[in-house]
Amino acid sequence: MGNLAWWQKGLVGVALAVLAFLYLPIGILALFSFNQSRVISFPLSGFTLDWYVKVLQNGPMLHALGNSLIVAFFATLLTVLIGVPAALALDRHEFPGKAAFRTTVLLPLSLPGIVTGVAMLNFYKQIGLPQSLTAVVIGHATALLGVVITQVMARLAKLNRRLDEASADLGATPLETFARVTLPNIRSAIAGSALLSFTLSFDEIPVTYFLTGREITLPIYIYSTLRRGITPEINAIGTIIVCASLVLIVASVALLRERR
Amino acid sequence: MKTARERVAFWSVFSLPFAWTVLFLIVPYATMAAISFWTRRFPTFVPDFQFGNYIQLFTDPQYTTVLLRTLKIAGLTSLTSVLVAYPLAYFIVFTVRSAAWRSFLYLAVIVPLWVSYLLRAYTWKIILGTDGALNSLLLSTGIIDHPLDIFLYNQTAMIVTLTYIFIPFMVMPLYTALERIPKNLIEASGDLGVGPFLTFVRVILPLSTSGIIAGATLTFCLSFGDFVAPVLVGGPDGTMIATVLQSQFGAALNWPLGSALAVLILTLVIVVLTVSRRFDTARVDLV
Repeated sequence: MGNLAWWQKGLVGVALAVLAFLYLPIGILALFSFNQSRVISFPLSGFTLDWYVKVLQNGPMLHALGNSLIVAFFATLLTVLIGVPAALALDRHEFPGKAAFRTTVLLPLSLPGIVTGVAMLNFYKQIGLPQSLTAVVIGHATALLGVVITQVMARLAKLNRRLDEASADLGATPLETFARVTLPNIRSAIAGSALLSFTLSFDEIPVTYFLTGREITLPIYIYSTLRRGITPEINAIGTIIVCASLVLIVASVALLRERR
Repeated sequence: MKTARERVAFWSVFSLPFAWTVLFLIVPYATMAAISFWTRRFPTFVPDFQFGNYIQLFTDPQYTTVLLRTLKIAGLTSLTSVLVAYPLAYFIVFTVRSAAWRSFLYLAVIVPLWVSYLLRAYTWKIILGTDGALNSLLLSTGIIDHPLDIFLYNQTAMIVTLTYIFIPFMVMPLYTALERIPKNLIEASGDLGVGPFLTFVRVILPLSTSGIIAGATLTFCLSFGDFVAPVLVGGPDGTMIATVLQSQFGAALNWPLGSALAVLILTLVIVVLTVSRRFDTARVDLV
């Protein structure tokens, strides 16, 4: 770093400060999950794992956690089952309204979740589907479809189409070509986007807020607890969620970056 | 669609996504749009076609105040995000020499984006609170002698929190835009005797406009409709449009008005996206 101009040193300083700004709050969240005091303030009052023990004893919180895992699992399953064919259609075929379809299906990604949530709530009310975890799963799958579609399309665009043609010329049926040529090439993109989709569904609030009924997910549980007040127990479950999310995301990024 | 066989191949992959999108995306948005014209008959609402809900949104000061405040906060959030994210993106692209470090730092910036959004907002509540981390730290170091309540429950707290949440969205397109600038352009500028500052103003900044626009668009759209940060750190002074919308479906029980608000957000987002797409926007890779 000795050969940097003064303004470059300043820039390094600012950049490092921004990086700290990104991670320090997450560090504070974790720090106070190990702090004895019920009040979240300095100076620290001593190390404890009590808050984690409390989480493990908190029945409603664990129940909500279970609900979140179930919702994220089924929502992810749906995004893959619908998103992969959608990506194939968009990549391999020309059809009228293609651009419009693409824009529509990707719209929820850049739209505040609250709009999608309210739209679905109105729709469910009209068709008589009650607010429930099923309603949440459908909402998540619709909102997160774009994650799988964009990632799988990006991978498909890099594939050599001659491979498909060669497979057909050699007498393979389209299904065989998909299973033995296309699928192996996009497998890691599907797995990566599924992990991302799972993480996002697990953390989702705005859509869930409107569609959930008596059974709630973990973020909704935390959100309603927060409105009553804050406790280090939230820090403990939060730290667990952050660590689990980090693992899933790093795995996801590794899979998505894999280049063939 | 030439041969029958191709048609079969096409519909075999397209039918499910098409049906799903129509049923669970287009129809719900259309239903919401329709209900935004309905009339409220407390405690329920009846089908109708009238513009009363929209007129109310644009004339009742209760709503116009919140609408303008939301525009302001979303605008300021986009601005601070650009100011904070630009040096970071610049640093990663131009100052870091090793490619491995570059990709590590880029990942370090975008990973928080996918980490629980609720918890990233919550942590600011515990940092900025009256007996929170920041106050107690200042107290124990003797910088202040009594806790300040100026940090939490105001618009600044919201802008800080929202900026924090959306920085990665800003860095991504900026990184893409900066990375595309040919390094020899910058060298040429230096060879011609132009100093680093003017090179930045005349070469780098204009060539990264697309990244700035793409990032600011995304940040604006998402912070405009955010409803967690206002509740956690905003306070009464920080009520945003999404908070009002939420109450129309809760305590206020006025779904038609709430739907009209949602349609308004939807329209605004589509307009902003369309306008920003007219500029050559940097393509954003999710990872």
